[in-house]
Amino acid sequence: MFENIGEMVMLLWRTLRSLPLTFRQRTKIYDQLFEIGNASLLMACILSLFIGGVLTLRTGPYLAERGLASAIGGIVGYSLCRELAPVMMSILIAGRIGSAMAAEIGSMQVYQEIDALRTMNINPIHYLVLPRLVAIAIALPVLVLFSILVGWVGGAAVAVFNQKISITFQAFFSTLRDVVDASDVANGLFKTFVFAVVIGVVSCHQGLVTIGGPRGIGRSVTKAVVNSIVLILILDYFVTRFLMFFEK
Amino acid sequence: MSANGNSQPQHGVRVEVRGLRKSYDGHLVLKGIDFAVEREEIFVIMGPSGSGKSVLLKHIIGLETPDAGEILVEGESIRNPEVMNKYRLAMVFQSGALLNSLTVGENVGLYLTEHRLKKPDEIDRIATEKLEFLGLKGVKDRSPSELSGGMKKRVAIARALVIEPQLILYDEPTSELDPLMTVVIGEEILNLKRRIQVTSLVVSHDRDLAFGVADRIAMMHEGQLIAIGTPDQIRQNADPRIQRFLTADFKLNNLQESTYEKHT
Repeated sequence: MFENIGEMVMLLWRTLRSLPLTFRQRTKIYDQLFEIGNASLLMACILSLFIGGVLTLRTGPYLAERGLASAIGGIVGYSLCRELAPVMMSILIAGRIGSAMAAEIGSMQVYQEIDALRTMNINPIHYLVLPRLVAIAIALPVLVLFSILVGWVGGAAVAVFNQKISITFQAFFSTLRDVVDASDVANGLFKTFVFAVVIGVVSCHQGLVTIGGPRGIGRSVTKAVVNSIVLILILDYFVTRFLMFFEK
Repeated sequence: MSANGNSQPQHGVRVEVRGLRKSYDGHLVLKGIDFAVEREEIFVIMGPSGSGKSVLLKHIIGLETPDAGEILVEGESIRNPEVMNKYRLAMVFQSGALLNSLTVGENVGLYLTEHRLKKPDEIDRIATEKLEFLGLKGVKDRSPSELSGGMKKRVAIARALVIEPQLILYDEPTSELDPLMTVVIGEEILNLKRRIQVTSLVVSHDRDLAFGVADRIAMMHEGQLIAIGTPDQIRQNADPRIQRFLTADFKLNNLQESTYEKHT
């Protein structure tokens, strides 16, 4: 993975340089947005509902025993928007969309479709990478926003209906409002944006360097997903550290 | 293919290959290739499978970088990015290399669409016209995966024809085609030369096609060109490697009584 970092940075640089062509590629971007956003929304919501729920289930009883049940809303709200939703959604999308990107581009590479584009003087970065990268950079933060909201609802539902916790919706969201502000959500969305770029670049790069037949495509898909997840988790630390400089 | 559309002059281009060498994993595939294809010429490279014909073609269109030597289009190196913008070059791949995410019609019109050379209606009309010309009526809205190998090949040829290139490279254009369609493709190669004075470079082991359309033929053997000449000169060449390739045929049926005759 790390030996290809240079190539990935070059791919990202070339894609950024082609950003002025975004409007021309809007149809392909809409298609990708639909694929990434709409098709993943339900799965993202279900996942978030249960992440919020289990977070409350594990922390709620301990806090309630110590008379701190009202703090649950703040803890669940803060950890979901700062950490859990961005990381978990990015891992989900790396598996679902990153694999699809690597497989599609890898298959085009193996079956000479990308060579055909080059002979037509159509730049594969403009045609294939740019729409995917723009779409995932837009769709993933939006998915995470939904995920945060649904996760809060999941956490609140468990807090209300679990007899060991048993607080009201109002109490849950009141402490959540006290602890979480817009900058926390923005912080999480910024992280997500970085992860989206990582997934897009790693997956497209793996697709473009695919060699061999179906086995090569399979190898690329596995590498795209594993490398994306590893980079997301490593970058999560550094981006968090970076964002801490801006906090009071 | 360039993005300059029909504003370019319609004549073919001269291509020169000088001292081209290429190896993969230490195995020398091209062992110093030298030849020139004149403007508007149909130049056929023949040779057995694995002799390096397709690799040579990929170098000429700029998809591969040579270890040594150079390829010149009208005297300019193909490695100069401007050459691809200046001249319209097209290649018909052996597998067709159609984009499976697009319909057949979108594939054929892809060059015009991506370079915004015509309006969508016009592109649609041109794609339909080219497909019908190659005997592919009613397939415009189908996916490439629904087509047979021969149909895919014809769609790939239609895609190349759409831009009326100045140099067109064909990689085994008649493989997987029936004899009637082989004639259609051969005639189209000749028509293109007459109509838009295109330079054609054909890689094939189809002897009928080669001798039917070529102005000159080059014989390739184990990464080297062993003879270049007119079809008559190649036919009369005494090199046993060439004669073996040109005269290879099934002879057993002439010598033996067929199984069918034995039983009747």
